Amino acid sequence: MDAAHAHGYGHGDHAHHPSGILRWIQTTNHKDIGTLYLWFSFSMFLVGGVLALMLRVELFQPGLQVWRPEFFNQLTTMHGLIMVFGAIMPAFVGFANWQIPMMIGAPDMAFARMNNWSFWLLPPAAILLVVSFFVPGGATAAGWTVYAPLSTQMGPGMDLAIFALHIMGASSIMGSINIITTILNMRAPGMTLMKMPLFVWTWLITAYLLIAVMPVLAGAITMILTDRHFGTNFFNAAGGGDPVMFQHIFWFFGHPEVYIMILPAFGIVSQIVPTFARKPLFGYSSMVYATSSIAILSFIVWAHHMFTVGMPATAQLFFMYATMLIAVPTGVKVFNWIATMWKGSMTFETPMLFACGFIFVFSMGGFTGLVLAITPVDIQLQDTYYVVAHFHYVLVAGSLFAIFGGVYYWIPKWTGYMYDETLGKWHFWLSMIFFNITFFPMHFSGLAGMPRRIPDYALQFADFNMISTVGAFGFGLSQLIFLWVVIKCIRGGQKAADQTWEGAEGLEWTLPSPAPYHTFETPPVVK
Amino acid sequence: MVVNPQANFTTLRKLLVVAVAMFGFGFALVPFYKKICEVTGINNVLKADEITNTQIDAARWLTVEFDTNLRNDLPWTFRPLEKSVRFHPGELVQVTFEIRNNSDRAITGQAIPSYGPQLAARYFKKLECFCFTQQTLRPGEVRRMPVVFVIEKDLPQDVNTVTLSYSFFEVEGTAKKAG
Repeated sequence: MDAAHAHGYGHGDHAHHPSGILRWIQTTNHKDIGTLYLWFSFSMFLVGGVLALMLRVELFQPGLQVWRPEFFNQLTTMHGLIMVFGAIMPAFVGFANWQIPMMIGAPDMAFARMNNWSFWLLPPAAILLVVSFFVPGGATAAGWTVYAPLSTQMGPGMDLAIFALHIMGASSIMGSINIITTILNMRAPGMTLMKMPLFVWTWLITAYLLIAVMPVLAGAITMILTDRHFGTNFFNAAGGGDPVMFQHIFWFFGHPEVYIMILPAFGIVSQIVPTFARKPLFGYSSMVYATSSIAILSFIVWAHHMFTVGMPATAQLFFMYATMLIAVPTGVKVFNWIATMWKGSMTFETPMLFACGFIFVFSMGGFTGLVLAITPVDIQLQDTYYVVAHFHYVLVAGSLFAIFGGVYYWIPKWTGYMYDETLGKWHFWLSMIFFNITFFPMHFSGLAGMPRRIPDYALQFADFNMISTVGAFGFGLSQLIFLWVVIKCIRGGQKAADQTWEGAEGLEWTLPSPAPYHTFETPPVVK
Repeated sequence: MVVNPQANFTTLRKLLVVAVAMFGFGFALVPFYKKICEVTGINNVLKADEITNTQIDAARWLTVEFDTNLRNDLPWTFRPLEKSVRFHPGELVQVTFEIRNNSDRAITGQAIPSYGPQLAARYFKKLECFCFTQQTLRPGEVRRMPVVFVIEKDLPQDVNTVTLSYSFFEVEGTAKKAG
């Protein structure tokens, strides 16, 4: 690995770099790898989006029109797996690769060759997932949570999904080790921990979460694999196992995983809001502590996903109160963002629109989360569309909107050109409106009792579902605007200034736009 | 350049240890979970219950119906000798089940009980049951097995019929067939 290092840092020029496809396969440059992650994530986002539209087509009207129920279940499962592990998580790792070295004044990531491996593990995993649709029995239909005993009974599609998850997990762990090492060891002189930009802080904490829980997921799916093929009985009741135990182990991973997908989003929003409010972030240190508290609390709330499995009332009460406690640090963050805006000279360029949209819609998702935390209410709403509405409010309007905001915010630095502001604003407003048309009615269909993961439904849910489907197609098509904006911005446009945004602070804005292939080979000094 | 490969590899090693330890922790949750269930008395379907109150409520009649299932194409026959029994809450009841191995190999099975309505499980006390142990049948062997139980008289008044359902699973080798 020492040799890999010398290779990664030794080149001062582009001359020895292979060109064409080999450049991308062999690259150890954090900016190239960041770009790869982001494009991979966007293509997975499109695949997962098409699966979602296929679901919505079936749900447009009651009755079974388009898909067989078994295939519908495969669609829900793969939509979830691809969006979580293929779209959202790699997008944040892409941001980490591009931004963290530039934000802390490091020349590259700590382990450049491992960085290349962590990316190139992802495409094979994605291929395994997509190919699983075509094996006998089709893709796994056990839901993205792959609950036993469903997952111990499915066809070979389940094995492919397990291998894909193993590979993606390995990729995440390697990526996280890289990120933590970079942040802890390679900061520019003078950049103390409490001077780091908040995006770096949130990623440091996220990376620790990943290292702590991805191996637990790997363990859980390994147990499924051995139950399926090697005669173990972890989850098989006949052999003394317990399917409920799978849920405990899965959600011990699953709940921190939820925060893995939102903490970097908090970080991005915490960079954008001060820039366009032209004020320093309000309550920087409380933001750091709030992020850490959310991360720690995420380990003791997992069973709120399983209030209906038959737990003692004491346990239900504990998990209910612990879950509600998370609203406190999250509230601290929301109030800090609002206080940052307070009396600021605000302008609303596209990144700021996405950040404000994020705060507005994410808070709604946060509140429905509080509703679901109440045990007796949750027992009513378990596995209804209310839950679907809740987690799409925090994952789509939360994580995804922050990702869009982040791309608009930093893309001038990446490409050297300004994006098309008019198209960006169209993208925001159409996404925002269609998002709410899609998911807001789901609160009502859920409260009325419509179960999730079912291809057919009772007649009284017909209107809500028709609205949701129309909204979903609008939302899906709006994302093509984003693709167009990005391509247009890569190909040219108005030159971006080094200090792209008037109010932006941080080391990345001291670099030229576009950022040169190698940056901060001589570390800057932070005062 | 503030790159110190030595320090980086030290960090790498520490983080790898954490990742490997957490992989082990996932498996450590299995015995931990079993212990918690044991200590708190959750999920003890495979253990004999103890009864403290043996009062009989002679004014009330209960019916228990029996249901038997075989999982994963287990080549056995499994049936109760009576379809149902009628008795008073608090009364000690004994019934008999029969299993027969129709295959030409020895097979070990484990029965798992469940109850309908679910809340009856709390009042359904089994003193003896073939489900407490695994049952191994030689080819063609027939076995009759008793179940002794009491339904406590605290069973809610609106429950008059309880279904006791057993599923026999094959122990060696698990379901490998495509679902």
